[in-house]
Amino acid sequence: MSIKLKNVSYIYSPGTAYEMHALENIHLTIPDNQFIGMIGHTGSGKSTLIQLFNGLLKPTGGEVFYNGENIWSEKFSRKNLRSQVGLAFQYPEYQLFETNVLEDVCFGPKNQGLDPEAAKERAKKALEQAGVPQELFDKSPFELSGGQKKRVAIAGVLAMNPRILILDEPTAGLDPRGRDELLEQIAALHKTRGISVVLVSHSMEDIARYVQRMIVLNKGRIAFDGAPRQVFSHCQELESMGLAAPQMTYVMQDLKRRGLSVDVEAITVEEARDSILSALKGAGHDS
Amino acid sequence: MIRDITLGQYYPAKSVLHRLDPRTKFVGTLMFVISLFLFHTFLGYGVATFFLAAMIVLSKVPASFMFRGLKTIFVILLITVGFNVFLTPGHILWQWGFLKITYEGLAQAAKMSIRLVYLVVGSSIMTLTTTPNQLTDGLERLLSPLRRMGVPVHEIAMMMSIALRFIPILMEETDKIMKAQIARGADFETGNIFQKAKGLVPLLVPLFVSAFRRADDLAMAMEARCYHGGEGRTQMKPLCYKGRDYAAYGIALIYLAVSVLFRVRGI
Repeated sequence: MSIKLKNVSYIYSPGTAYEMHALENIHLTIPDNQFIGMIGHTGSGKSTLIQLFNGLLKPTGGEVFYNGENIWSEKFSRKNLRSQVGLAFQYPEYQLFETNVLEDVCFGPKNQGLDPEAAKERAKKALEQAGVPQELFDKSPFELSGGQKKRVAIAGVLAMNPRILILDEPTAGLDPRGRDELLEQIAALHKTRGISVVLVSHSMEDIARYVQRMIVLNKGRIAFDGAPRQVFSHCQELESMGLAAPQMTYVMQDLKRRGLSVDVEAITVEEARDSILSALKGAGHDS
Repeated sequence: MIRDITLGQYYPAKSVLHRLDPRTKFVGTLMFVISLFLFHTFLGYGVATFFLAAMIVLSKVPASFMFRGLKTIFVILLITVGFNVFLTPGHILWQWGFLKITYEGLAQAAKMSIRLVYLVVGSSIMTLTTTPNQLTDGLERLLSPLRRMGVPVHEIAMMMSIALRFIPILMEETDKIMKAQIARGADFETGNIFQKAKGLVPLLVPLFVSAFRRADDLAMAMEARCYHGGEGRTQMKPLCYKGRDYAAYGIALIYLAVSVLFRVRGI
């Protein structure tokens, strides 16, 4: 179960005055069971790239493979692909339409051809895993708060049992607590379901501690692709792209420059604290 | 998907016609339309052709854009020509059953199609060289005398410009909603007409919800900035006539006078 992009490029409105190169020469593999963060400044091509993953957009150059099959070949079922590669967009308002939450989440499984009872079972499980409390199931999706709508929208995609789940800016517009809760839940999803999750964001700090791999996009090209710590070690280049490394990276690099032998790859406050304490202890022994 | 459709016809270029006051263009177009109905000889249409060709050259808009509008009236044109050719009494050239082609019929059909084509091309020149906002501004000013008769001219113009402003936004939103639902397995393409209509519900509900929300937000934002209708309201770019506008009015009046003269003299 993997998505493979081979030399993919995408141009909006080719051949007109509004032509825009959104993506160029993208080589990328999304393997099974990996938690990936995709970062980039506004207009770096993130949203375009994720729409190539499930065949919503057709690349203007290059090829996209799912399990080794070209998704734009004649006999390939893209409808089937979309239930394997679930994509939840940034604004839940764009997909909620049913009279109540449960029905809305059932929309995806029903489109897959499940009977109403089985669809409901799937929907309930998905809602639970997305952190939607049971008492909201019968409410109208339009009465919910922003954070709740987001969870329902994610559940709506999750109910299709995708092998790969792509979330576009799931934390945008949430307060810090809601954001942390949602990210924890997504991380739990990745573990319990054993699926790949691609988290799209423009904020490094939010997702650094959760993901195993980070893909940084800049002006339609992949700038960095690797473990978060590796990526953050390029903090100057990141800044020139309008992105920032986590605050701790700056603190640790500053300390290192001033002669304290700390671990510059620490990302979270806890890691930084431990590293500083042990460095201080070591320094204390020396003197 | 849908984003590729361009709305409105405005073609950006730097020409005298683009710089003219929208009111001038509006009145000028009206005069041209009147002249088309005053002329009734081929010589008269020759004058109109010359005038129209001069305007097309002046506008610096590629001629292909001018004739694009003709696609929409093609069927009407065909029916008009058909009726005129076959049903005008006169000197018979060809007959088959009740269908007959007369000399008068052919002439009448030619004149009618010239009129229709020129009508569309003439008004295209106006919409191609004027932005939708300028058009509504011009219309508001031209119709402002009607305010004394209780016609809410400003409100109508405001509604028009808001509607125009929101069309591209709603188009983009439709595109996004469609994608979000397709990602959940929705199908907007296959099936019979009833299945297709039912399939539109997941698209229309979010679209309407969003349109109402946007309308609410806009009303709130306008009120927060003390909008209270047209009374005493000034404009950021007030329309004002320049030398070229008076020149344009002059040319248009001379042209109209010629067409009246042709009519009176029966040329």
